[in-house]
Amino acid sequence: GGFFLFDGQQSQKRSNCEPMIARGKNASDLFPAVVKNVACKNIEVKKLVYVYLVRYAEEQQDLALLSISTFQRGLKDPNQLIRASALRVLSSIRVTIIVPIMMLAIKEAASDMSPYVRKTAAHAIPKLYSLDPEQKDCLIEVIEKLLADKTTLVAGSVVMAFEEVCPERIDLIHKNYRKLCNLLIDVEEWGQVVIINMLTRYARTQFLNPNMNEDKEEKEKKKTEATAIVKRKPYVMDPDHRLLLRNTKPLLQSRNAAVVMAVAQLYFHLAPKAEVGVIAKALVRLMRSHSEVQYVVLQNVATMSIKRRGMFEPYLKSFYIRSTDPTQIKVLKLEVLTNLANETNISTILREFQTYIKSNDKDFVAATIQAIGRCATNIGEVRDTCLNGLVQLLSNRDELVVAESVVVIKKLLQMQPEQHSDIIKHMAKLTDNIQVPMARASILWLIGEYCEHVPKIAPDVLRKMAKTFTNEEDIVKLQIINLAAKLYLTNSKQTKLLTQYVLNLAKYDQNYDIRDRARFIRQLIVPTDKSGALSKYAKKLFLALKPAPVLESPFKDRDHFQLGSLSHLLNAKAGGYQVLPDWPEAAPDPSVRNVEVKESVRAVETVTARDRGPLGAPQNPRGARGALLYSGEDVKKSEKKSKPRIGSSESESEEDNDSESESSESEEEESEEESEEETKKKKKVGNERLENTPCLAVHAVFTQPPPLPVSVPQTIIPSGNLKTYELLHRITGEGLSVEYCFSRQPFSPDPHMVAVKIQFTNSATSEAKSLHVEDAKLQSGMRIKEFPEIEVLPAGETVSVVMGIDFCDSTQAANFQLCTHTRKFFVSIQPPVGELMMPIFMTENEFKKEQGQLMGMNEITEKLTLEEKCQGEHAVVQRVTTAANLSRVPCGSDKECRFAGKTVTSGSLVLVSVVTKEDGAAQLTVNCEKMVIGTMLVKDILQALTQ
Amino acid sequence: MQLPAKMIHSLFLVNSSGDIFLEKHWKSVVSRSVCDYFFEAQERASEPENVPPVIPTPHHYLISVLRHRIYFVAVIQSEVPPLFVIEFLHRVVDTFQDYFGVCTEAAIKDNVVVVYELLEEMLDNGFPLATESNILKELIKPPTILRTVVNTITGSTNVGEQLPTGQLSVVPWRRTGVKYTNNEAYFDVVEEIDAIIDKSGSTITAEIQGVIDACVKLTGMPDLTLSFMNPRLLDDVSFHPCVRFKRWEAERILSFIPPDGNFRLLSYHVSCQNLVAIPVYVKHNITFREGSSQGRFELTLGPKQTMGKGLEAVLISSQLPRGVLNTNLNPSQGTYNFDPVTKLLSWDVGKINPQKLPSLKGSMSLQAGASKPDENPTINIQFKIQQSALSGLKVNRLDMYGEKYKPFKGIKYMTKAGKFQVLPAGTGLGFKKIIQYKYRTKHTSLQEGLNTT
Repeated sequence: GGFFLFDGQQSQKRSNCEPMIARGKNASDLFPAVVKNVACKNIEVKKLVYVYLVRYAEEQQDLALLSISTFQRGLKDPNQLIRASALRVLSSIRVTIIVPIMMLAIKEAASDMSPYVRKTAAHAIPKLYSLDPEQKDCLIEVIEKLLADKTTLVAGSVVMAFEEVCPERIDLIHKNYRKLCNLLIDVEEWGQVVIINMLTRYARTQFLNPNMNEDKEEKEKKKTEATAIVKRKPYVMDPDHRLLLRNTKPLLQSRNAAVVMAVAQLYFHLAPKAEVGVIAKALVRLMRSHSEVQYVVLQNVATMSIKRRGMFEPYLKSFYIRSTDPTQIKVLKLEVLTNLANETNISTILREFQTYIKSNDKDFVAATIQAIGRCATNIGEVRDTCLNGLVQLLSNRDELVVAESVVVIKKLLQMQPEQHSDIIKHMAKLTDNIQVPMARASILWLIGEYCEHVPKIAPDVLRKMAKTFTNEEDIVKLQIINLAAKLYLTNSKQTKLLTQYVLNLAKYDQNYDIRDRARFIRQLIVPTDKSGALSKYAKKLFLALKPAPVLESPFKDRDHFQLGSLSHLLNAKAGGYQVLPDWPEAAPDPSVRNVEVKESVRAVETVTARDRGPLGAPQNPRGARGALLYSGEDVKKSEKKSKPRIGSSESESEEDNDSESESSESEEEESEEESEEETKKKKKVGNERLENTPCLAVHAVFTQPPPLPVSVPQTIIPSGNLKTYELLHRITGEGLSVEYCFSRQPFSPDPHMVAVKIQFTNSATSEAKSLHVEDAKLQSGMRIKEFPEIEVLPAGETVSVVMGIDFCDSTQAANFQLCTHTRKFFVSIQPPVGELMMPIFMTENEFKKEQGQLMGMNEITEKLTLEEKCQGEHAVVQRVTTAANLSRVPCGSDKECRFAGKTVTSGSLVLVSVVTKEDGAAQLTVNCEKMVIGTMLVKDILQALTQ
Repeated sequence: MQLPAKMIHSLFLVNSSGDIFLEKHWKSVVSRSVCDYFFEAQERASEPENVPPVIPTPHHYLISVLRHRIYFVAVIQSEVPPLFVIEFLHRVVDTFQDYFGVCTEAAIKDNVVVVYELLEEMLDNGFPLATESNILKELIKPPTILRTVVNTITGSTNVGEQLPTGQLSVVPWRRTGVKYTNNEAYFDVVEEIDAIIDKSGSTITAEIQGVIDACVKLTGMPDLTLSFMNPRLLDDVSFHPCVRFKRWEAERILSFIPPDGNFRLLSYHVSCQNLVAIPVYVKHNITFREGSSQGRFELTLGPKQTMGKGLEAVLISSQLPRGVLNTNLNPSQGTYNFDPVTKLLSWDVGKINPQKLPSLKGSMSLQAGASKPDENPTINIQFKIQQSALSGLKVNRLDMYGEKYKPFKGIKYMTKAGKFQVLPAGTGLGFKKIIQYKYRTKHTSLQEGLNTT
């Protein structure tokens, strides 16, 4: 009777179901009852029903369909969280019939104004793709759209979708490459990993190998050809390549091991040799983490240390083994130590190894002995030392140790057998005691191979082995046959019968491999009339000089797999692994990454900010984050908020990315400066509390060093795109010309003043002294804050200062005298109405609400026809923001542009909206409680848009 | 048709006796029989921590972590960076620990609903979604005894009533609308010294690593800066995402908007070129005689370079050789314990009084007839030093911007032993020639260890 549940029972139901699911029990009988609850209003219950639905929908498709309409409704909910979770669940229901509905929902969500919903859309893409791969083309369109998104929230998720759906469509990345590089540091950790891995692959297809000249040299050396003087192009790194390396480097400091590893592999695969070293320290740090992390990191270090040994040498001691390390970690550390061994550190390393041999952990001891063997083969100077040490181990009490030593000694002896017949004799004696098959087999092989060095012992060993033949392991039997054959060939007098005996035993062995071998050898070595030509060469076949085995690291050449990947760890290609491409021979066109410079809403500010860089304004570390913080705070105020960062910050980051691929160093600074700038504005409006203490606030948000006293240097800005007005002509001023512009910066000493930047140019031949303001004749209520006196302005120099004027929200001119040490000039500054305001940030909903309260007399509407060049959103935005100091309000439609600001003195709201229609027709609406300002603003904007 | 889907497919929780006690699937269900491959690997491994973290199976890959004697086994279907999964699993464990105080099978079973809700929020379709504890706590309230009682009576749950805003805020690690009546910020500088000391007392390796753990309870959106007297000591650092990298690079100042509550601000490694002050010394003499069923055990320890601070919570442990049947030792202070099965000797020394150095002396009985153990045991030491950071790192000042109230600020220093080992004397085998070789080559770091032979 659970079909009609009352509210009270719902949570009960849920708490009952979940444990059942968690324990892997089947709760599907409850399906109909639970599905009924989907329409429930309570968010909590909704969420739980969702969990249940996702789990059982696949089994109960018909019933699941009942719930679909609820989700569709949820997709339209005004609350972004509901929209997001409805999409999240809808896309998780694995029922093929709803694919079209899902597709539609994803498309809509991809253009949702909430970045959170867009993020969810990105998450939904792989889900739909795995349900119905035929949707690929449609999904790629959505991915393309989302890749263009400029919020950090979306970036990680959409790249993840890209990697799952269309990793081969590298062309989709071009236009977004610089943006992704710049956003990276602020993306959440998991997104960073995905983006970095993808960009590694991207870079391998688009840039040139930074080490190509060195690599070539190596190759040439190997060839030792006289044609070494090959035309070699000097290598110049693509600035985009540099951008990637620079922007990922700070992430080596991430607390997240996966992020650090991702950056490390990026550097390993992409950076010039000289720069790869930086990752060593970070990787060594990861080794202090959990043992699983160590395990993975050590695998990667092992691979890296073969190719770039020097990189880890300073950290040799970090790879020393502790008795408390798990065996698998010990073995990996041993591997790294062995890779790092060279002439200078081998003594230290061998000393370490010596203590390891005493360990309780026998697997580890065996690995250590192997490692000693490898050091001995790689470094000739210590070969004898190692060999002696290993021989001593032959008298060890532990059989495993002895066995392992035998195996290793065998390999070492192969290099110079003639000098070591005493060792071979010693080993021959061991056959009485050692039972480990591999060791016995090794000894037998050695004796057989070098039977000429031990002519007396060898036949005796064979005699003993023939006795125990039937009880031996297969590998030992094979080696006995082998020994018999070799002895037969060199010393047939003594061993003929023994060999026959052994071969007869082998003939009836249970193992067919041994039977085969016996038959084969008999044919080969025992001359009969039937035996063919081969037997003549039997001696050559068996006793040919054999090349000594190369003891190689199992990690050699493993770097053809992308480091940090599952495939690298397993040394086998895992499903879905994307091969890391080889560097291209010639770089593809780098211009594909250029993005057309769109007209930035804040072109004006961008320029000022850019110019300010060299003035030594304090750098703002992670300014972007600070900026985000504030948009975040604004957002907090309204729960249903729309795109919080459109217009202002977005257009800026765009600007930033789009700017030509010039030295990106400065680009980076700019972006920080920019965001700082604009946040200052936001702060002014968004945060009343801070308004009174702008200096402090700036400090607080951007954590610059304490602000300087009143003559705030940040606000001294050379003019860029700002419209400048003449204050004093060169001729009237007797060589002193003065220009001013409205810098649109908050005037920090007094937020109710408009900042006016004044630029003095002394084109006279003598210096001007003591420039200052005097005798201001102001309308009542108006105030000015003079600039600090300029003591000397040498001939030919230019200087800028900032003064503040409170125009009392009127366009009345401020009159005052500009004095030098000799003369006084009467000047006046009259502000255009657009400069009497400053931008504020608001959401679409806030805008509508405020607009609703400023109707009637406060609203002025004008119809107009847009000038030809001015049709299109960007042009409109640009012209309006040039005419008036307003900020754009995010808006879903591209037919309507909205702007908001407030007057500087009284803080009255100024709302502007421009609705465009067909054929350039448009309607301008200005809402402002100061009617005079409203009227004048309409006039100015009309003029801006129509001319 | 099922295409390979990336990231985490399912999660199984396996206890130490090899039972799966919880499973969660983010995509279609994977049969728990996949864990058989894991159990096989577990059987092969001699010790629990030797189970390989990555196990390939015919259709899946198993990536596991072991924490608190529970294996967290994630099922993967295709290529994904293994560290990505491992790091995520550890984050899951950290979250459980944060929510339930401990992360044990019992705690997980008791809170199975919360666990399930957490896992649901942490991964979407196998890709991490919300892993910041601040945000999770807004979505799902941690259980308290009171609420558990209330929930049982009223039938309500732990899911947050209010919709979270954090996810939407661009300071993803900080909750919005934080309010406290007492505004406090506490920072603990905790350093661990890892060292390997040879029998003569010379240092083979020694390193200091430290962390700064913070507990910040501040109203609003405070912006903090923390500066050090001697930031040059810090050789390698890793940050909580809240720390502004560039500010650190340029000025060596930590500038951040803190998460609310407890978090690890910074982990660091101290650069000291082996000049680490070793705060403790151990003299030990453990001997076995061939043919005798008795062995002698002598161990004394004392403070050394502790900067006037006392050594506390000293604990000695050592894995004695297998041949040792039992011990008969006499501690001058504290209690000692020898487990005849695992052969683990542990001695809880407590505080060290420099006037009266603690010692542990006595005899060991060996298996009759067994040959003399061919190795001497390594001694592991744990200790604490309060009110001192061994590296000498000092916080200079902590400033707050962005809010107007005056917070209470506190800082605490502590040093602990990390992996601190004293090696046995190097006897028995040796590569005598190595030493000669050492003299032959000009090598700077040969100093240490020479006197052992």
